[in-house]
Amino acid sequence: MERVHVLVCAGTGCTSSQSDVIVEKLNSYVRQFDLDEEVKVIKTGCFGLCQKGPIIAIHPDKVFYCHVTPADVEEIVVEHLYKGRPVKRLELTDIDEETKEKIFDIDQIRFYAKQMRIALRNCGVINPEDITEYIAQDGYHALGKVLESMTPQQVIDIIKASGLRGRGGGGFPTGVKWQFAANQPKGQKYIICNADEGDPGAFMDRSILEGDPHSIIEAMAIAGYAIGANHGYVYIRAEYPIAVERLNIALDQAKEYGLIGKNIFESGFDFDVEIRLGAGAFVCGEETALIASIEGKRGMPMPKPPFPAVSGVWGKPTIINNVETLANVPIIINKGSDWFASIGTERSKGTKVFALGGKIANTGLVEIPMGTTLREVIYEIGGGCPDNKNFKAVQTGGPSGGCLTEENLDTPIDFDNLVELGSMMGSGGMIVLDEDNCMVDVARFYMEFIVEESCGKCSPCRIGTKRLLEMLADVCEGRGTLHTLHELEELSYKIGQTSLCGLGQTAPNPVLSTLRLFRDEYLAHVVKKKCPAGVCKSLLTYSILADKCRKCSLCAKACPTGAISGIPGQTPYVIDPNKCIKCGACMTACRFSAVVRS
Amino acid sequence: MKSLSDLQKIRDEAKKRVSMREGNQNYRVVVGMATCGIAAGARPVLNAFVEEVAKNNYSASVTQTGCIGMCTLEPIVEIFDLEGKKTTYVLVDPRKAIEICEEHLGKGKVKNEYSVASLEAKR
Repeated sequence: MERVHVLVCAGTGCTSSQSDVIVEKLNSYVRQFDLDEEVKVIKTGCFGLCQKGPIIAIHPDKVFYCHVTPADVEEIVVEHLYKGRPVKRLELTDIDEETKEKIFDIDQIRFYAKQMRIALRNCGVINPEDITEYIAQDGYHALGKVLESMTPQQVIDIIKASGLRGRGGGGFPTGVKWQFAANQPKGQKYIICNADEGDPGAFMDRSILEGDPHSIIEAMAIAGYAIGANHGYVYIRAEYPIAVERLNIALDQAKEYGLIGKNIFESGFDFDVEIRLGAGAFVCGEETALIASIEGKRGMPMPKPPFPAVSGVWGKPTIINNVETLANVPIIINKGSDWFASIGTERSKGTKVFALGGKIANTGLVEIPMGTTLREVIYEIGGGCPDNKNFKAVQTGGPSGGCLTEENLDTPIDFDNLVELGSMMGSGGMIVLDEDNCMVDVARFYMEFIVEESCGKCSPCRIGTKRLLEMLADVCEGRGTLHTLHELEELSYKIGQTSLCGLGQTAPNPVLSTLRLFRDEYLAHVVKKKCPAGVCKSLLTYSILADKCRKCSLCAKACPTGAISGIPGQTPYVIDPNKCIKCGACMTACRFSAVVRS
Repeated sequence: MKSLSDLQKIRDEAKKRVSMREGNQNYRVVVGMATCGIAAGARPVLNAFVEEVAKNNYSASVTQTGCIGMCTLEPIVEIFDLEGKKTTYVLVDPRKAIEICEEHLGKGKVKNEYSVASLEAKR
């Protein structure tokens, strides 16, 4: 008789820190202590707090362990599972701000307390490779309800009334999109799940597919019924092997249970899902390029219109929805549009998953109701910048987005507010930057990404972004002038206005946004030839303060190029700027803060 | 799978298996499983609770804990209700465990004769 469930995160993040080994060891110790009838070890999806992974949850005790290593497994089994004494040193804790006491209760830990998990509802709760666990959470109930008691138009009306908007970037109302496709004449139509997640730092779609693949399959079938399509494609990048594997398992199980295939719930409705692997090109997240890729052509965008809802894959009406959008669909059908519309702000309903990354204490996935402020996300859930550094900005929307600064921290997050502030929701990447980040360097990073990912079809994007990158490199390396800044701005606007697809149209955004908000940093680079954050190496010089130098020779020993000379105990040490490669090793080595960077 | 009611059946069956992860049960049964408890026979008691709860669908979670302190009275079982009120049963064996389940978890009545309070009174 099962007494304890041990849930181990088997998402990509925790797997890369050996959660698969932990599962094996757990199973072997459980057998060794003769607990295998009582204790069940289950691989589950992402808990969100990836910073502290691998994470293990033990139920019904409601104990969460973090940073577990294979070496800790024996102690967990012997102490906790056998003797009933939770291993305190591994438990996930938080400090109560008022009483300064440790909190062990998961619901009170700040990272989770402010979250509301709708799209991620089953991640970290169920075993994604067992369809019955999904069914236990009311899985496929929405599909059954739709097929047994609703007309396609009623389904579309519910989604419209819920106010659900596309979570992949643009925020287009999902119900309206479905209506377009449904209004097309009867015949072959398609549903595509866009799982080509490409923003640097964003991984919510991967986590949903890894932790709750059935929710996507169910939602695709519902969408298919609503618009009159009986075939679906999941377009997913081959770089997500765990997600692909779980999706394949889920598809097989759904077929076996008759939840996809012919005549589902004896309603006469057929629906099939096929997986198409992409090679991981950023541009293939764009609808028309994605369609071209599915058709076996080179992944390049086409001008719109015609929109895919009119003429999509194989020239047939096609609806393309993002993973996170689809994950919301079954629960909206089950709980009703009023429930969903009661969450969030006036024009952005429901929740949004954000991937927190960069200079933040709790890196990971968080799902918050729309309208939560940036301050709550960054300081309360994310725990602020580590090492007491000062917050500088947060980059949202990936390479198409922009930056938000300290003064925007109290803005409620929703689609429209972010656009108004010159950024965008995008797919939900949130990169936090602190005082040690150079904003020109950040713009250069995103531009490098764009240059790499530009498909080359239209010249503004192909040539223009390359020129932008060269100019940014000039600024970073001290060759820039005031004229360079002027040219950067002008070219940015032109690329935005003349590119063919969304990739090129939004590619200059990180440049424009940083130029607008952090012009002083750009000016410091081109006028004073200084990098205020101390990032751009070409603009840095290291020197040793003679009065502080204790002549200990540590810096000279640390220098990889032999640029530092002096005699131990006699003369202060000196750095030869011609040999110095600005690696900073001397600064780290010096115990008396005698090495300075300017 | 032919209809929604077929799906409901699978769901109800599966729900039983995962209910322990939800943590919204009416009772929390805690069995002392330190060396003293195990030596006095706490393991069969724990198993009896787990089986009874599963068999009768009681709204209860069964967990174990370390030494509760009164080692001479082991196996000790504590049952907490939603308000956090605690009842401590002592010298429990599998037979008593079944009775306690029936009375306390099933009918919501404290099985006084096995509780530590009644033992004190007798003394």
